[in-house]
Formats: sequence, structure tokens, C-alpha cells
Amino acid sequence: MRLQLQVRSQPSRAMTALSPVIAIALTVCVGGVIFAARGLDPLHALYVYFVEPVTTMWSIEELIVKAAPLVLIGAGLAVCFRANLWNIGAEGQFTAGAIAGGAIPVMAPDLGPWVSLPLMLALGMLGGMAWAAVPALLRNRFGTNEILTSLMLVYVAQYLLDWLVRGPWRDPHGFNFPKTVAFQDWHLLPTLGFGRVHLGAVFAVIAVVVLFVLMSRTLKGFEIRVSGDAPRAAGFGGFSRPRTVWFCFGLAGALAGLAGICEAAGPIGQLQPHISPGYGFTAIIVAFLGRLNPIGVLLAGIVLAISYLGGEAVQVELGLSDKTAKVFQGVLLFFILACDTLIRYRVRWVAGRR
Amino acid sequence: MTDAQAEPVGEYLLEALDIVKRFGDFTANDRVTLRLPPGEIHALLGENGAGKSTLVKIVYGALQPTGGQLRWGGETVEIPNPAAARRLGIGMVFQHFSLFDALTVAENIALALPGRFDLVSLAERIARVSAEYGLPLEPTALVADLSVGERQRIEIVRCLIQEPRLLIMDEPTAVLTPQEADQLFVTLRRLAGEGCAVLYISHRLEEVKQLCHHATILRHGEVVANVDPQAETAASLARLMVGADVHAVNAETHAPAGPPMLAAVSLSLPADGPFGVALRDVSLEVRAGEVVAIAGVAGNGQSELFEALSGERPAPVPEAIAVAGEPCGTRDVTARRRLGAAFVPEERLGHSAVPGFVLSDNVLLTRHASGGGLVRVGVVDRPGIRAVAERVTQRFDVRTSRADPPAQALSGGNLQKFVVGRELDREPAVLVINQPTWGVDAGAAALIRQVLLDMAESGAAVLIISQDLDEIFEIADRIAVISRGELSAAHPAGEIDRERIGLLMAGAHESAAHGDGAGCEAANPRRGGSGRGAGDGEAAA
Repeated sequence: MRLQLQVRSQPSRAMTALSPVIAIALTVCVGGVIFAARGLDPLHALYVYFVEPVTTMWSIEELIVKAAPLVLIGAGLAVCFRANLWNIGAEGQFTAGAIAGGAIPVMAPDLGPWVSLPLMLALGMLGGMAWAAVPALLRNRFGTNEILTSLMLVYVAQYLLDWLVRGPWRDPHGFNFPKTVAFQDWHLLPTLGFGRVHLGAVFAVIAVVVLFVLMSRTLKGFEIRVSGDAPRAAGFGGFSRPRTVWFCFGLAGALAGLAGICEAAGPIGQLQPHISPGYGFTAIIVAFLGRLNPIGVLLAGIVLAISYLGGEAVQVELGLSDKTAKVFQGVLLFFILACDTLIRYRVRWVAGRR
Repeated sequence: MTDAQAEPVGEYLLEALDIVKRFGDFTANDRVTLRLPPGEIHALLGENGAGKSTLVKIVYGALQPTGGQLRWGGETVEIPNPAAARRLGIGMVFQHFSLFDALTVAENIALALPGRFDLVSLAERIARVSAEYGLPLEPTALVADLSVGERQRIEIVRCLIQEPRLLIMDEPTAVLTPQEADQLFVTLRRLAGEGCAVLYISHRLEEVKQLCHHATILRHGEVVANVDPQAETAASLARLMVGADVHAVNAETHAPAGPPMLAAVSLSLPADGPFGVALRDVSLEVRAGEVVAIAGVAGNGQSELFEALSGERPAPVPEAIAVAGEPCGTRDVTARRRLGAAFVPEERLGHSAVPGFVLSDNVLLTRHASGGGLVRVGVVDRPGIRAVAERVTQRFDVRTSRADPPAQALSGGNLQKFVVGRELDREPAVLVINQPTWGVDAGAAALIRQVLLDMAESGAAVLIISQDLDEIFEIADRIAVISRGELSAAHPAGEIDRERIGLLMAGAHESAAHGDGAGCEAANPRRGGSGRGAGDGEAAA
């Protein structure tokens, strides 16, 4: 007996939807094994990791706070990935957005309340776009691989932020801590009346709806899908590849930048060396788990937000490292990509050796 | 091969008995039986998708049968992979060559041989075998510098050097000039005379009649007939393949041609990449109401010319190309469509259609900007594109298993009918179509040729680029030949014969300056003196 993969005559729709569910189930199983290997009761540990975070109102609010940036970034990345553009530098675009938007409270703190916040959000988006424009330009002009350039720019952005908050932008009254001044009330995003949930969650939902319409109903969305699926056919259809590269990187950069400034002007309230627990990288998993579909990204963002909260929960209750969350995220990405094989192939047991 | 001659008459070299091959629910071969004695040239005939390639791949070990058995020299054998097939003495020449352009002839052959090799002695063997069989080859030549015919010779010599007892040839003449094909037949007859069996796959019925001793005809994965091709006519063979009388194309004399609708004027384009073909001073005119055909052997600049005409690769100056009298050489494909032109590329999956997209989305691919209101303020009219897809499907007899399937679910012929129909549904004034019936079954090919004629009849200008001379003579009013990026003058179809076309294909019209190769392009001043060409000349000087 041996296992054999057989090509399906056409990709399975059922498996496209089921693959993430199977991947999550397998991740939970592997998680149980890992907990058991650490000498913990696997069922209890899994309960703490996956279920407890959604049992109290407080933690549900936290879930939304964490899901908002993941969904914002993931929705933009889903569009990029659809066009076969591998922007994996959203973390850098997120940071660039926070820096650009954060310039207002730091450098022009006296700007009026009604001007400041909209300007910060606009600058945040522009900052993210500018950061994403570099790989787009290099790709269009020189054919540079965008995976490498976008990834490398992440570290440039992070060191730029590090230098700013330790150097020119450091709060002079901050006891030498590497932080900017705390943002004023009118620099902060209004909360929505429950917990720390802020306007960023609304932006995420709006982005999901707009991108869903863009991808499924408009010619632009069609252009992006053709460009990714069959570049030669896209050229034949009259769609320019460089234009698609600009658009997708610009869009994903703007959304990541918006997420960045929302984080700085939301839960954090200032700039500091670390402003993200890896949202830009985790959003890659969000995009794939969400089937590169904006609506799917919304659901996937919530799942990955649980993985962050679960990581904190097992740290507090069971004394495990907070790196547990990274392990779960990595295992999940592995299983999604593996399960996606089932979309194009079916597994058969075949008798005989060869 | 001497063993083969010693075998008693009536003993078969290869027997494929009741071969069954299923892919999922699809049965590609259904109890197919094939018997080949040594020294026989045996044709395998059938439409696209009839199961020829599947059967051949099973014999060559590239696929495993679901049922049935293979016998070799009377003994039951299993052929788990192509290496095992080669050990038995089975050689195969594929339709698409697997050669490395950057390596020499000898290096390419060495790569296919098992075990260690010595290039010097191998070069001697190559020279000996190629001389013996009339297949001249220079072992130290770079493959990139060779013509398609020469490349095929490498593939054949690569097989012969292993002294095969069975040689499988998959559509070998599809890429050859008539003269090269005749040369190939001499070689194959010689091989057969020495006792080597040849399994010959072809669409060209005349060729099969001329060359083959026996023919097995497949339809829908089953053997429908075993015949002596010499006793059949091309029409009776075609009938057996298709299962019904092939619709004869109705070519009546057209109305006299109208004003020029598509023109290329001294169009020159540098080669796109190291193995591309440069277009040299191409001039061409297609008038309303006529069908002009461009004949030529594959890889002589046809796809480059198509992309220049469609606008996928813009020309250096606007005047180089005109659609409906409007210069548009530097404008893109959308602008040319708006001027009334329509285009059908050679490659269906990935060029004229997106494989994973449903037919209605594929309607949008070329129709989004050419009127009809399929896109309003950036939003796609879904019912609108579905209606177009349905209309095309019905009008052009596109057979689908369900409503609006993905393009990749259609067979080659049905997808081609859809792609042609999608453009014709717009009623364009100009149609440029590259290899209109390449890899298409006989029924669909006849339908496509008929609609092209009808289109010209109704006043459109039609340009076809084709390798199939039968097709060209069937529908073209005027014929031009492309060779190494140069286009001959267009001759009325009644005034040019196959021999003349064959000579033009071999380059009889090319300007003497680069008869010695393609390398001296910059040094060759262009007669037309387009801006780009003059610039190149100066740069080189």
C-alpha cells in the first residue's frame, strides 16, 4: 500500500474552503502533542490557549484590538498575493506608517485637534505607500525580486524607528527612555465605547468591504487576478504589469501604514522601539488562511488574534514562553500550505509497491 | 537490428494488448490493442484527445497502464520508466524537443546517454551515424544556431545512436519544410528496411498514405479501425478519425478586395532575448474582404510578428503599423481593438485565455474596452459577460460539460472555437489569427476555417499566420512566406505552388546581406530606413 497524489481534473471548490479548517484542526492536534511533551495536560492547555481568550468580555475586546491590524494588513496582502506579487515587507510598511503619522505629535504637537488626527492617518498611509513603492520601483525598473527587497526594507524601517526614538525624537523629559512624548488626547484614535477597541477596527471592516467589491466586481480587480494567474494573457488583454505592480504595492503599503499609525495612536499612544508583535509577518498567514479573499481575511484575522491572546494566556497561567504563539502560527502556516495541495490533488491509497 | 531481421516472419516486435488507462473518471485508452512487426512503419491516427499520446507514453514507460499488458519480442514486459524503455530498444522523438540551446550537439546527446561518456569518441559516433542515415549534423555546433529541422535531426540521431529496434515519432513533420520532410521519409524508410519498427503519429493524412505500411485509428480512446493506408483515401481516413464526414469548406470567390484595413510598413523589431527572432523590414497589406496567409516554419518570427501587430510589443514608430488607415505602431492592444481590430494568438491556455477563469471572465479579457457596455464606471456587468459567453458558446458550437466552465476544462478544439467566437462576436473589421487550427480536431478546424471565410466575405480583412499549407491553400486569397524574420511579397494563391512556398520557407527571398546568419544585424542597413534601424546602424559604426 502506498499513498498517491492524483491530479484533479479541476481545482476542488470544496477543498478551497475546507483546507483552512483542516489546517486549524491539525494545528490544534500538534499543539496538544507539544503541550503533552512539556508535561502539561493537553486538553487543559488547549482550553487555556484557544478557548479561554473568547470567554470573557475583556478578552473579546482585546481580540478585536489585535485582529484590527491583522485584518487591515492581511486584506492588502491578499490583493498583492492574488497578483502574484510577494510583498512580505508589510512589517516595514507598518513601521514606516507609524513613523510618518507619528511625526505630527512629535514635531507639530500644537496643531489643532481637528487637523491633527486626519493628517496623521493620511501621513501614515502615505508613509506605508512610500515604503512599499521602493520594491515596486525596483521590480518595474530592474526586475528585482520583491521578496528580498520588501523583506530587507523591514529592517531598515525598524532601525530608522529605533534611531528616531533614541535620538532626535526622544522625549526630553522621559528619563532617557527610548520613547517619544506621549501623544495628546486629540492625537489618539477615539475608542468605540468598549475597552480599548478603537476606530482602527472600523477601518479594518471598511477595508474588507471595499476590497471585496474591488476584487469581485470591478475591472481593476479582474486586472489584478489576470495579472497574477496568467501574465501573458494579461498583456494580451491590454493590462500593464508595471501598473498592477504599482497599484498592489501602493494599496498594501497604504493599509499596512494605516495599521501602523492606528497602533501608535491607539493602544500604544506614542512611538517606541517595538510597536508591533510581528503583525506584518503574521498577516501573511492571515492572507493565506483567508484564501486571499477579503471576507476570509476578516475571519482569519480573528483566528490569528486568538493565537496572540492564547500565547499570553499560557505564559501567565501555565508558565510557558510567549514564543508559543509563534510556534502555533508557524505550524498553522505549514499546514495551510500543505492542505492546499488537496485543492489540486486527491489522495488515494494504491495497492502494490511501485 | 540484425537480430530483428533474424526473427521469424509473423512474430511481433511490440504488442500492446487491451491497454486501459484511466485518469480519474476519464478513460483515455479503452482496451487498445496494437501490434507491430519489425521493419514496419505503423501510423497512429486520431483527433486530438483520441488517446494517441497516452498510448505512446505507456509504450515509452512515461505512464503506467491501468490495465492490459505489453509484450516485447513475444515476452510480457513491464516498462516502469523511459530508461527501461530505452534499455529494451525503444527510442522516441518528441514533438517538442528537449534540447539545451546553450550546449553543443554532442553535449546534448551525451546528456541522454546512460553512464559515463567520452565526448571525442561520442562525436565520432555521431558523425558516423548521421552520415550513415543521411542526417548531416556537426557535433560541435551550438544548438541555438541550428534550424528546427536540424534540431529534430539531433533528437533522431540521439535515438539512433542507441540502436533502437522501435522508433516512436510524435508529429515529426509539423515543424519541417516540405523538403526537410521528404528527407526525413528517406531516413525512416531506410531504418525500416534494416528491420527497425517505426510508430508514426501524425495528423497529415497524405503523409501517412505516402509513408506508412499500416495504420491504427483511435477515436475516443478506442481503436476504430486497422487499415492499409495505401488502400484508403485521405477523405476516408479522415472519416474514420472523426466518425462522420468532415464538413468540406466552402470557398467561393470573394468580392474584389476593398481598402487596406491592416498594414505594416517597413516594420523592424530587435530580437526579444537571445533566442528570439528579429523582424526585418516587414511590409504587408491586408484589404477589406480578403484572406491573406503567412506561411512559414515555426520559429521564424511568426509570434514576434503577431505580437507586433497586436500591440503587445509596440513598434518603434507609429507609422510602422496602421489599422483602418490609422497609424498605431506605438499604441497598445486596447487602442488597436478600439480601431476595430481583433486578435487570436497561437497559445490558447495562458495567452488567449486564462486557464483557471470561467468562460464569461475570459470574455472580459479582450472585450472590456471595446464597447458593448460590459464595464460601466469600472464595474463589470456580470449578466452582460455571461450573455456574451452563452451567445458565443451557442453560435460557435462550443461543447461544454456544464454552464460557464473554466477555460482549462475545454478541449483544444472547443476552446479555440470559443476564443475565435469571442472575437468574431464583436464583428471586427480586422482579424489577425496565429495558427488558427493548431492542435484542433478536424471538425473544429473545418468550422473555424469556414467562419474565417465568411468573415472575409462580409467585408472584414483577415490575416492568418499558419504552418499548415493545406489550410493556407484552402482559404487564402494571397500568400506570403516568413523566414528568419523577413516576409516575402504576398502572391495570389492561384499563382504560387507548394514548391515555390517551400523554397521561400527555406529563405529564398531573404536579402543576401544576412544569408550567412542572423548575427550581422546591426551592420545591415535597412532598406526602409526606419528611425530605430538607422540608429542601430550608427551605433554599430
